[in-house]
Amino acid sequence: MRLPSLFRTERSPGSVVPPSGFTARLLVLTAAAMAFLAVFSLALALAAGRMAERWSQALSQTATVRIMAHQGEEAAATRAVLAILETTPGIAAARALTLKEQRALLEPWLGPGLAVESLPLPQLVEVTEAASGFDAEGLRLRLAAEVPGAVLDDHTRWRRPLAAAAGRLRAFGLLAVALITVALAALVTLAAQSALAANAQVIEVLRLVGARDVTIARAFTRRFTLRTLAGAGAGTALGMLGVWMVRTRAGEEVVLTGLGFEGAQWALALLIPPMAGVVAFWATRTAALASLRRIT
Amino acid sequence: MVIAFQQAACGYGGTMLLSQIDLDVAPGSFHFLTGPSGSGKTSFLKLCYMELRPSHGSLRILGEDVRAMSRDRVAATRRRIGVIHQNCQFLDHLPLDANIALPLTIEGDSAPGADLDDLLSWVGLGHRRGALPPELSGGERQRAALARAVIGQPEIILADEPTGNIDWDMARRLLHLLIELNRMGRTVLIATHDLALIRAAKSEVAARVLRIRGGQVQPAAADL
Ligand SMILES: Nc1ncnc2c1ncn2[C@@H]1O[C@H](COP(=O)(O)OP(=O)(O)OP(=O)(O)O)[C@@H](O)[C@H]1O
Ligand SMILES: [Mg+2]
Repeated sequence: MRLPSLFRTERSPGSVVPPSGFTARLLVLTAAAMAFLAVFSLALALAAGRMAERWSQALSQTATVRIMAHQGEEAAATRAVLAILETTPGIAAARALTLKEQRALLEPWLGPGLAVESLPLPQLVEVTEAASGFDAEGLRLRLAAEVPGAVLDDHTRWRRPLAAAAGRLRAFGLLAVALITVALAALVTLAAQSALAANAQVIEVLRLVGARDVTIARAFTRRFTLRTLAGAGAGTALGMLGVWMVRTRAGEEVVLTGLGFEGAQWALALLIPPMAGVVAFWATRTAALASLRRIT
Repeated sequence: MVIAFQQAACGYGGTMLLSQIDLDVAPGSFHFLTGPSGSGKTSFLKLCYMELRPSHGSLRILGEDVRAMSRDRVAATRRRIGVIHQNCQFLDHLPLDANIALPLTIEGDSAPGADLDDLLSWVGLGHRRGALPPELSGGERQRAALARAVIGQPEIILADEPTGNIDWDMARRLLHLLIELNRMGRTVLIATHDLALIRAAKSEVAARVLRIRGGQVQPAAADL
């Protein structure tokens, strides 16, 4: 079936089915609600995806060793820590941060122009974990025994479950989108079936004058597709407006306010109405052809 | 033969209604089908427009075996057959002219032109073209059904009690319309139990009369 025929108005077969005001409005409303929910589920899935990605990236490089040593002993302590890290299996690289780097880390918190040198800052050693991973507990014990004042901050230990949780959240979002699609298909099927039953006489007349099954089905698919498109269009617009309103400026993003689309992802939301239209078209056509085949 | 039955039988849900139908309907012929109420006249017509399939034997319509026809083929064949139902149904939300033009417009074949106006005045409904079907009288509905049945220039016209709801004058007018169509080469088959109608027709055309009796379709006695 050619899609453009859906939009034919002149002498369109759509008009052979009488209008059904209330059911029509109900379908438009439901399609709008489902599209609205789909926009949010999609936004949730995408935001969770970004979060999972960011945390997974951070995982690979975020163990640090913090060294608090007495004045004059810092250099020796740092050397000792680096030596231990070099011999620890599962560590790809270890590097002491320079004073400049440490200042850059603190600046967002304490402001520029701070005399970092005057602060009793711990020396930081950046640890890059190898793919195999290292035994954090063993390293912690060894550091405590050999370099008092050296503490392992193992961010991976709390970030890994967060990354996993974000991944699950994304899966939930995508599952919700899939469920909404299935629910829409089921709903349109029910609506189409009730329309087919209510128009039994119309169908009988059309068959008597020699209308083919696809022609009769088209009268219904056209109507249901257009209604679903209209409803889903409105629902998507409202949903996108809602997502846009809870958006955040770059850098502000945290778990809750991170809900939103970035760049090309807005286009993804725009796919919702046509997808809903395709689902409605397919569901109505299937229902119509199946019920027509039951009559001789 | 436009319609050819060979040892055909049909029924509803296991109970046999008509059996051993052997009948050839020649192109351009005029047939009456009569019989008591409930004998199966409507069912016989249903066989002829493929709403009912024969359970036994063979039936060929316009040269094609109905058992071998696809659903689309049945639809296409129905566009070559005009049917006037016993209780004519219309699309109640569309005006009369749109309803009558339906056989032309439904598959996008062609748009009705001046023919529609001619046809409407021919059946005496020129002044009612904008009316909705529920607003029509029984006789008007029957004439509208006739107009809808013939607008597509069908080769076969099947009429089920076309004069059931109308007075004698109107019945004769309708009969004349059908006889005129027959003279234009159409094959006409009318189911009726109105013997006066059959007699009136016999004086004008060479009509063959069939009678259903005991589940059999047979030629009626010459005196009816
Ligand atoms: N769809 C159906 N299902 C079951 N039985 C049916 C069906 N249609 C008709 N019948 C039965 O078949 C028999 C013949 O019906 P049909 O309508 O063909 O009779 P008819 O000769 O047209 O009668 P009438 O003159 O009253 O219109 C009747 O006994 C009827 O009850
Ligand atoms: Mg009957």
